[in-house]
Amino acid sequence: MKLAERLIELREIKKSYGNVYALGGVNLWVDKGEVVGLLGDNGAGKSTLIKVLAGAVRPTSGEIFVRGKSVSGWNAARSREAGIETVFQDRALAVQQTIVRNIFMGNEITNAFGFLDVKREKEEAGRLMREIGFTSKVFSPHSIVGQLSGGERQGVAIARAIYKQADLIVLDEPTTALSLTETNKVFHFVRQVKASGRSIVFIGHNIHHVYDIADRFVVLDRGKVAVEINRSDVKGADELIRYMEHIAHPEKGEPTPPRAKASKRKKVA
Amino acid sequence: MKQSLKFKAVGPAQSGHDWKHPQDNAWRRFFFNNRASLGSLGVFLAMLLVFTIANPRVFTSWTLYGSVLTTLPVAIFLTVPLVFIVTVGEIDLSFPAVMGCAAWAFSLVVQAGYDPIFGVAAALVTGAVLSAFVGALVVYGNLSSLIATLGMNFVLRGLILIFTEGKSISLVSLQDNWVFKLFSSDQLGVPVQIYWAIAFTIFSMFLYSRHRFGAQVHIVGDNPDSAAQMGINVKLVRVKAFVFVGIGAALAGVFSTMINFTWWPTSGDGYLLPVLASVFVGGTPTWGGIGTVLGGAIGALTVSFIQTGIVGAGLSGFYVQFFNGLIIILSLLGHRWNQIRYR
Repeated sequence: MKLAERLIELREIKKSYGNVYALGGVNLWVDKGEVVGLLGDNGAGKSTLIKVLAGAVRPTSGEIFVRGKSVSGWNAARSREAGIETVFQDRALAVQQTIVRNIFMGNEITNAFGFLDVKREKEEAGRLMREIGFTSKVFSPHSIVGQLSGGERQGVAIARAIYKQADLIVLDEPTTALSLTETNKVFHFVRQVKASGRSIVFIGHNIHHVYDIADRFVVLDRGKVAVEINRSDVKGADELIRYMEHIAHPEKGEPTPPRAKASKRKKVA
Repeated sequence: MKQSLKFKAVGPAQSGHDWKHPQDNAWRRFFFNNRASLGSLGVFLAMLLVFTIANPRVFTSWTLYGSVLTTLPVAIFLTVPLVFIVTVGEIDLSFPAVMGCAAWAFSLVVQAGYDPIFGVAAALVTGAVLSAFVGALVVYGNLSSLIATLGMNFVLRGLILIFTEGKSISLVSLQDNWVFKLFSSDQLGVPVQIYWAIAFTIFSMFLYSRHRFGAQVHIVGDNPDSAAQMGINVKLVRVKAFVFVGIGAALAGVFSTMINFTWWPTSGDGYLLPVLASVFVGGTPTWGGIGTVLGGAIGALTVSFIQTGIVGAGLSGFYVQFFNGLIIILSLLGHRWNQIRYR
């Protein structure tokens, strides 16, 4: 097999707020077509790490490589230009605006002199809404986002992320506070994206969800990568849970000694 | 239509007809989206009706309207850009002094014997540069725009007074100039200023709701954090909104100087409160993210009309302030009723 193309790589990313290190030298990379499951307890630094990836947070130190090239002046606009679309945990929507305006936030379809191509924006928004299973007749692309339910708002955020055919889609806890059907819709969507050969970084607190879709797991703990393991090296979701419990409570001893050793060898990768 | 065929199987709700919504009806959408400005128009018409009943003779003759239409454009050039700045989540109280400075630049160029068109250009540059400075101070200095722009208003006005020692500039030479005819004469019995004001309002409406700048003004005012996360240069959008106020203030300065043939060091001072009131009377809420340019222009019309209207209705000038306040409060109560703040 040919070596997979490396889409993006974060090297030795550190981020401190005053004396507190949110990230203490994290390495994270994503290859083309790969689904990375990012796990960790609350406060482990997951959200900070993906905000660095999205350019929304400037790291204190560290390097960022896009397709093998080091980049400087990394920010949110650069990140989107590089083909990274992020669905933030808070969804990053402007709730007093229409669905159309949210979908094209910072990425408006314009014609000459910067005037909006209103007709095309509406058509594209309608198409994206159908694509993510937004078939309710109650809402039109001109509806105000503030009128939508949590799941529908999540749909708008996802529609925005898929519009540009991004190479990497980052989903920060996309199923939080969603109903069962809405959660299933999100997973259906993730599988579609994966099938189309694009990469995903999926952050979740429900390990079973992440386990079903990820090719590789990265477990963060207090700002550091604690475990990095391919899915093929884990027996099942339960084993992954035991690793994470071990990280949280190391005093209780190793989970299952032989496999734990195997994982540590892989960790260096 | 292949796309929709593909997805017809997905939901049970899809029963053959296309995805359609009441909001897709252009007329209903027009009324829904413009309910604030239509409300302001209602307030204005109700006020006009009361005045006309009070004194039918004065309010059915054109003279009164002619005088309002001469001064109204100055208020519109100031009010409309302020709608942008309120929508972006800031406020600019420095526009009266910026207007004074821009008009000063215009007057100096004309006084020096250059064609007034260069004066107009000088005023626009002055207004844009000063407001860019004020905006940059607020945005990059991370200051409260309410206080900082108030301070800048005093600073700029103070500079005018220091340098001119309170002396005005008379510009009688303007009278026969082509620029004067273009911007400040009568056409078809209507003061030509109002055509410019209407053109400015229509242009601004497109800029506000159909242009990338307007879209970003809305988003930044609504949720600056999200805007930044989506790669919008939030600070630059804010500064641009300030610059637009400066351009409007420059136009207002030029037009008001042409009406009077004189530039006073106090030029613009009297506009601070009426123009602010116009923005909110027009139906733009204070919290940012939404607003209405057309409503702002109608608000300016309402506020400009109160003074003339009250005197025209036969009341003494002492009633002006009271009714001014009453209209403002009633408009706000009216808008409260249809402004929903989504969070």
